[in-house]
Amino acid sequence: MSRTTQPEIASELGHAVGPAHAPRDAALALQGLTVSYSEKPAVFSVDATFNAGGMSAIVGPNGAGKSTLLKAALGIIPRLSGEVRVFGKLLRNARAHIAYVPQSASVDWDFPTTVLDVVQMGLYRKVGLLGRLSGQAQSQANECLDRVGMADFAHRQIGQLSGGQQQRVFLARALAQDADLFLLDEPFAGVDAATERAIIGVLKLLKNEGKTVIAVHHDLATVRDYFDHVLLLNVRRIAEGPVETAFTTENLQATYGGRLAATHLDELAVADGGR
Amino acid sequence: MNLFVDAFFLQAGYNAALVAIGAGLLGFAAGASGTFPFLRKRALISDAIAHATLPGVGLAFVVMVGFGGDGRSLLGLIAGSAVTAWIGLLVIEWISRRTRLAEDAAIGAVLGVFFGIGIVLLTVIQAMSAGRQAGLESFLLGSTAGMLFQDAIVIAVGGSLAVITTWLMRRPMTLVAFDSDYAASMGYDVRRIDLLMMGLVLSVTVIGLKLVGLILIVAMLIIPAVAARFWTDRSTSMIWIAGGIGGASGYLGAVLSASAPAMPTGPIIVLVAATIFIFSLLFAPDRGVLAALFRHRGFQARVHRRQGLLSLAAQHPIRETYTLRLLAREGLVRPDGVPTDAGRAQAAKIARDERRWDVAREFYQDAGLTGRYDGLTPIEDVFTSDEIAEFDRRLGPPVTVRGD
Repeated sequence: MSRTTQPEIASELGHAVGPAHAPRDAALALQGLTVSYSEKPAVFSVDATFNAGGMSAIVGPNGAGKSTLLKAALGIIPRLSGEVRVFGKLLRNARAHIAYVPQSASVDWDFPTTVLDVVQMGLYRKVGLLGRLSGQAQSQANECLDRVGMADFAHRQIGQLSGGQQQRVFLARALAQDADLFLLDEPFAGVDAATERAIIGVLKLLKNEGKTVIAVHHDLATVRDYFDHVLLLNVRRIAEGPVETAFTTENLQATYGGRLAATHLDELAVADGGR
Repeated sequence: MNLFVDAFFLQAGYNAALVAIGAGLLGFAAGASGTFPFLRKRALISDAIAHATLPGVGLAFVVMVGFGGDGRSLLGLIAGSAVTAWIGLLVIEWISRRTRLAEDAAIGAVLGVFFGIGIVLLTVIQAMSAGRQAGLESFLLGSTAGMLFQDAIVIAVGGSLAVITTWLMRRPMTLVAFDSDYAASMGYDVRRIDLLMMGLVLSVTVIGLKLVGLILIVAMLIIPAVAARFWTDRSTSMIWIAGGIGGASGYLGAVLSASAPAMPTGPIIVLVAATIFIFSLLFAPDRGVLAALFRHRGFQARVHRRQGLLSLAAQHPIRETYTLRLLAREGLVRPDGVPTDAGRAQAAKIARDERRWDVAREFYQDAGLTGRYDGLTPIEDVFTSDEIAEFDRRLGPPVTVRGD
């Protein structure tokens, strides 16, 4: 599934548009990442470095390739070129470090499984094919449910959950993986305010534990409150860096084009250093 | 009837007993291994796989005769059918992954083309060696005549392997069926697991070909899984329930067809499975049609009762006869719509609960608790008695509702 990359081509592209090499100690380093569904790249030659222990947002308009970038970084969809390194390792050697939280709308919630079963999916790799999900695994899963405030729902059929509860269950499943790098695809999409607070609380705790959090995020108003690092993406990398320096009016304008009203932008962005 | 009882207890002759046991085992294997393709929403690929076995049957026959053999060796025919079915599966997979065509188009194309080739081959074979009536056409609709002990062994061994593999691989297959992106992010090879899922279906198909026939085998793979879904909310239990339904259909179908002359086994098995499915559809607790109907009725009644009591509290007349009937049956209103003492008390309680909710909403800005308001959930289920007492303190003394 994960095809071998062509390092020569990738590094050439990297030279053309970004830093010569990605730092090896970064939690996630993308170099010259290009993904294409047809002849038109959805993500083109993106370099990005997400430092360990950081809390990063990937921001951009609809169709900017945010989810695609995340999926390609995880090897879920093949990349056309480029290199992905997780804690300096190739993706296939770093699986145990990564936990992914997909968009909750991406699955069929009528699937015959319970909340606890879903969370235990996060333990499958550790338990293996034949291993029993022991009492310890059960209590670990329950603990993860507790962290997202869903402990009372362990034995519910997943079809009975609200959108916010579904999102929390997916987060609990990722927690069960005991990973170091958490990649979330729009974790706040379509959830109620209480869930949003619960999720951001868990994410901030993860950060305090030294974990790395990267989330595709669509609500520009909360970027400054939630994150310390931002990647502005619109097929290409528009800007990347600490929120204070990268999340500026100018960069947002460049990312969204005419799609955001200028007055709105001033409220959201960090004041430009020059002004 | 006696014939049925005899057949049921395997007393209706050696062949009938062999067929009943073979069909039962095949049904179990088909039900269990059909579970995950159904959950992956790819059940119809099994129909294309089944039809793609036919050219293999013909080719295997030709090859075996060419090498001077009999051409009717079951294992040889199974091997041949497995080869072309596997090719068909790979073609479907390739078309839907590498071209712009959707999976349904790929299924249709493979099913039609492979079946066409198979029919041509069979026709040629029948013209070629008329003296050597191979009976290959029985692979279309299945046949129980002349079923051998070794045929039953093939089903037992192959079927057991399919069931054991399904059980061993239940976690990766559950992951891929539920959330394939997540499975891929954990490093599972989704494409391989998909192929394994369909490979299991393929193996059950080829061992069941002779007994049930390639046209109807798909029903044994899909119907038990669909029926099992009504009875459980766990994918692992589904494997066994679908297996049980498939096994029962196979056994009962074979027994039924043995207890009357000239009853085709394969179709009867499918009809038994369909009967179990319809029963499940109607009567399953929770997911069945009747359960859903009763649930909806109950819900409707609760809504009407509540609305009626709120009308009483607001001293509005109740116009809906259904609401009036409900309240009258409980003795909350008189037939002319005037509330009784009990009705007034209930209305006051409910009106008070509504005001408590209003206070709760001011009190707890958090939507987590107040978001549970739906007009029906009792406030006592959401807030503790201390909290409700606090709401009451803010509300002041209770208000009585008077009749007209």
